[in-house]
Amino acid sequence: MLILSCPYCGIDAEETELAPGGEAHLKRFGPGSDDDAFEAYMFARKNPKGVHFERWRHAYGCGKWFLAARCTATLEVFGTYPAQSTEPPVEIVEKIKAKRPEWKGFS
Amino acid sequence: MKRYSVFAIAREALSHHQGWERAWKSPLPKASYDAVIIGAGGHGLATAYYLGKNHGIRNVAILEKGWLGGGNTGRNTTIIRSNYLQDPSAALYEKARSLYETLSQELNYNIMFSPRGLLMLAQTHHEVRGYLRTVHANNLQGVSTKWITPERVKQLVPIINIDGPRYPILGALYQARGGTARHDAVAWGYARACSDMGMDIIQQCEVTGVRSENGQVTGVETSKGYIGTKKLGIVVAGHSGQVADMAGFRLPVESMALQALVSEPIKPCMDVVVMANTVHGYMSQSDKGEMVIGGGTDGFNNYTQRGSFHHIEETLRALVETFPMISRLKMLRQWGGIVDMTGDRSPIISKTPLGNCFINCGWGTGGFKAIPGSGWAMADLMARGEPGPLAAEFDMWRFREGRFIDESVAAGVAH
Ligand SMILES: Cc1cc2nc3c(=O)[nH]c(=O)nc-3n(C[C@H](O)[C@H](O)[C@H](O)COP(=O)(O)OP(=O)(O)OC[C@H]3O[C@@H](n4cnc5c(N)ncnc54)[C@H](O)[C@@H]3O)c2cc1C
Ligand SMILES: [Zn+2]
Repeated sequence: MLILSCPYCGIDAEETELAPGGEAHLKRFGPGSDDDAFEAYMFARKNPKGVHFERWRHAYGCGKWFLAARCTATLEVFGTYPAQSTEPPVEIVEKIKAKRPEWKGFS
Repeated sequence: MKRYSVFAIAREALSHHQGWERAWKSPLPKASYDAVIIGAGGHGLATAYYLGKNHGIRNVAILEKGWLGGGNTGRNTTIIRSNYLQDPSAALYEKARSLYETLSQELNYNIMFSPRGLLMLAQTHHEVRGYLRTVHANNLQGVSTKWITPERVKQLVPIINIDGPRYPILGALYQARGGTARHDAVAWGYARACSDMGMDIIQQCEVTGVRSENGQVTGVETSKGYIGTKKLGIVVAGHSGQVADMAGFRLPVESMALQALVSEPIKPCMDVVVMANTVHGYMSQSDKGEMVIGGGTDGFNNYTQRGSFHHIEETLRALVETFPMISRLKMLRQWGGIVDMTGDRSPIISKTPLGNCFINCGWGTGGFKAIPGSGWAMADLMARGEPGPLAAEFDMWRFREGRFIDESVAAGVAH
């Protein structure tokens, strides 16, 4: 069972209280961008086996979106942080590096 | 290869069944092949089989990181149907279903294909309209399906409750030639036939890198060393994103856990397959008597082959309402597989940005039924370097161009 703590209300929310929202930190390409960039933004996904950054919503709680760093191979959670972040916070990155030395880093 | 037959059983009985040969060989890899296929699931093995049978390409290796058939092919609930909505899907799934009809004879291996009939229940008015549309589409596509009334549903499935409080049954989409087959046997049968054609099935051989020169694939790094190849087929289901990354491209695919479970064995009580998409559950009875049950996928990326318990709970809650008699059954086993989901819920059989590297993936929750057709289409693509009519619409660039093959409505539930 997946438990993520909501960075807004501080509650340790269990999976049934949360709604998953897919890969985090996607850079949005809208009208006027070239086809490659638009396709990559809309469809191409990292889908990594290992460290992953995701969007989640505290659907049956405060209702807000937040981000989570998680390992898809073990279900270990490294941490959660506010949705306003453009990249994972340093503490979480350091924590992941300590636990997963082979991780290539956030890009 | 010694053929299996009733005479073979009699002959082998004389030597106390000590004389049966191994179904496939376990060779060491050669330095290079004409074609290498990554993944010995049903789709990879079927691709190899039709490469040999339809195109005469037999210098082929199939590389498998675990044991053959140990991925989703050995973990699914074996539903076979072809009542899809869009023309390209109907063509591909119906090709597969029709190949299943004679596959046991063709492979000389009993895959236990059982066209026992399949019902997709309509439990909302929206679903009624959707399935009526599918019936009309299927009839135009040459796929035999029909719409049946709740009374007919009750006749076919006496244990069903047609007037449940929340979701009464309003009718069903019925495919009389849909059904099930033995999943392991499909993998084993193709593997035996591939081995017999001189192909090398190499198990416990994980691909860890893809090598290329001037934009053309040249070989793969594996846990058993480097293996050169002229053509590469990536057929790894849930691990497609990972292997595509080795080959230098990204896919419109997300990997998620899908679970299934079986009950304790009981006397025969249901001789058709029943799917209930609105409530996310489906059920059939295996030859051993177990009720085979499946539901929906988890909503997040996961490679652990383990799903969340609340999905099981939701599936069973829905099925207990539809089949009250199962409320007292004990569930024996539960497991998960990693399914490769695309945005339009249709597969990808495609060339890739890397030359002579081809990919077959995105079957998600419903690719068991497609194994023979998919192998047929993929072999055609790999042999000729260009897709044939079956695969033409399923290229990976359809997302870029907005040519979706939208089956997300037709297949609301995983199967
Ligand atoms: C619970 C469940 C129920 C399902 N129910 C149905 C159903 O009722 N009907 C239906 O039609 N479909 C169903 N499906 C879907 C179906 O199982 C799959 O679509 C199908 O089996 C996919 O076959 P495959 O050969 O592509 O993949 P797999 O059988 O998963 O084979 C891929 C193989 O690639 C190997 N591999 C991965 N990475 C590497 C690597 N780096 N190197 C070497 N080998 C590698 C894996 O070990 C694996 O054996 C279900 C799936 C699940 C999980
Ligand atoms: Zn909250």
